[in-house]
Amino acid sequence: MKYTEDHEWLRVDGDVVVVGITEHASTSLGDVVFVELPEAETQVAKGDEIVVIESVKAASDISAPVDGEIVEVNDALADNPGLVNEDPLGAAWFFKMKVEDMSQLDGLMDEDAYEQMIG
Amino acid sequence: MSDLQRTSLFELHQSLGAKMVPFAGYEMPVQYPLGVMKEHLHTRSAAGLFDVSHMGQVILRAKSGSVGDAALALETIVPMNILGLGEGRQRYAFFTNDQGGILDDLMVANKGDHLFLVVNAACKDADIAHMTASLSDTCDVIPVSGRSLLAVQGPASEAAVSQLMSAAADMKFMDVAELEWSGQTLWLSRSGYTGEDGFEISVPDDIAVDFAKALLDLEEVEAIGLGARDSLRLEAGLCLYGSDIDTQTSPVEASLTWAIQKARRAGGEREGGFPGADRILNEFSAGAKRRRVGLRPEGRAPMRGGTPLFVGDTQVGEVTSGGFGPSVEGPVAMGYVDSQYAETGVELTGEVRGKRHPVRVADLPFVAANFKR
Repeated sequence: MKYTEDHEWLRVDGDVVVVGITEHASTSLGDVVFVELPEAETQVAKGDEIVVIESVKAASDISAPVDGEIVEVNDALADNPGLVNEDPLGAAWFFKMKVEDMSQLDGLMDEDAYEQMIG
Repeated sequence: MSDLQRTSLFELHQSLGAKMVPFAGYEMPVQYPLGVMKEHLHTRSAAGLFDVSHMGQVILRAKSGSVGDAALALETIVPMNILGLGEGRQRYAFFTNDQGGILDDLMVANKGDHLFLVVNAACKDADIAHMTASLSDTCDVIPVSGRSLLAVQGPASEAAVSQLMSAAADMKFMDVAELEWSGQTLWLSRSGYTGEDGFEISVPDDIAVDFAKALLDLEEVEAIGLGARDSLRLEAGLCLYGSDIDTQTSPVEASLTWAIQKARRAGGEREGGFPGADRILNEFSAGAKRRRVGLRPEGRAPMRGGTPLFVGDTQVGEVTSGGFGPSVEGPVAMGYVDSQYAETGVELTGEVRGKRHPVRVADLPFVAANFKR
């Protein structure tokens, strides 16, 4: 598992990564009430804001962690946004993307580094 | 957060695991470990305890000693019938300015020999200065110190509060009473800010923690933070001062005409005689250019304060507060629209993150009021 500074996790499977948010992020967001996902088969660049998460408190964005193509989105979140609180590391994945340049993953944190960042 | 004030319950909030945030100059609990959603739903199904000690408690006493004189004095700065407010009764009110805008909203109670006012935290210093400047010839304006303010809200409030003070069960919506607990006098009103039955209780600071703990020890009571307080009041269609009403909104625009009794309207016994009366009374007959309405966004995306509202390509209004309503199980909002669109069922669009989404004008409140009449 790799982690971004924006509290995303990435599970690497060949040249595809599955992306979600960490337990730490889901707890600090509070109860999630709405998730807006990108369209499948769209090209995104690292840093593009492609997911909107609305909690009872506020809206926040999730950025594309690397360049690539969205190949699948988790439609279950549209009907059940509360999954983000219940199972952030499993059932509440946001999207899968095909990574253009696998070396972009090298700059991401491993679990130890992420744990250290959130203290 | 060193320049922030703390309420008497600060350590209790911390011990309950509250997340504290700055609010109106105080360090206040925004949520407890239960979380905003469950806190909200618990309040609607059982009872919630809220620390609202940041709000201002003020006594208004006529120098003559007559509560009627205090009422007539207050009527010069609020458009309510205060003289007609019976002893032991409370009423919603607001201070108006010369332009007919709203300086703050408040609760006024007739306590027999004086009036007791509860005003918003962010406005309390300005309110006290305004009352002192306007009413000092005939009245003493006395900010209450040394007392906390707690709210118990929800259908189980009566069961909870009457376990500590049995006479609380005899109170009806908007009654006020003084009851003894632990050898001291508590000031109760049967009212609140959630649309549910409940009480607001002024408690001496030195027993506030004990009183809060006695309530929290009861099975039906959970501590509730500011996050759920906001979603509860929004579902109840109640205005948040500074968001839904302010110095730029008139009571007619704000759909608060119900709060202005006949005695103060055109043709009433004490018509006008409050700041901004010309504009406000004129709007009663001529109507206002815009109106505060309830809004139900379609779909699940919340429309928060600041969301512009459109008919076609023309902007016709703006959301003033909005979010997710846990009891409604969907997004709810309120805002201002041009009067011609202020009819239930009118379809508008709201622009969220550059995209227009359908939203319908809806009746307020979003959840039926559950008061003990």
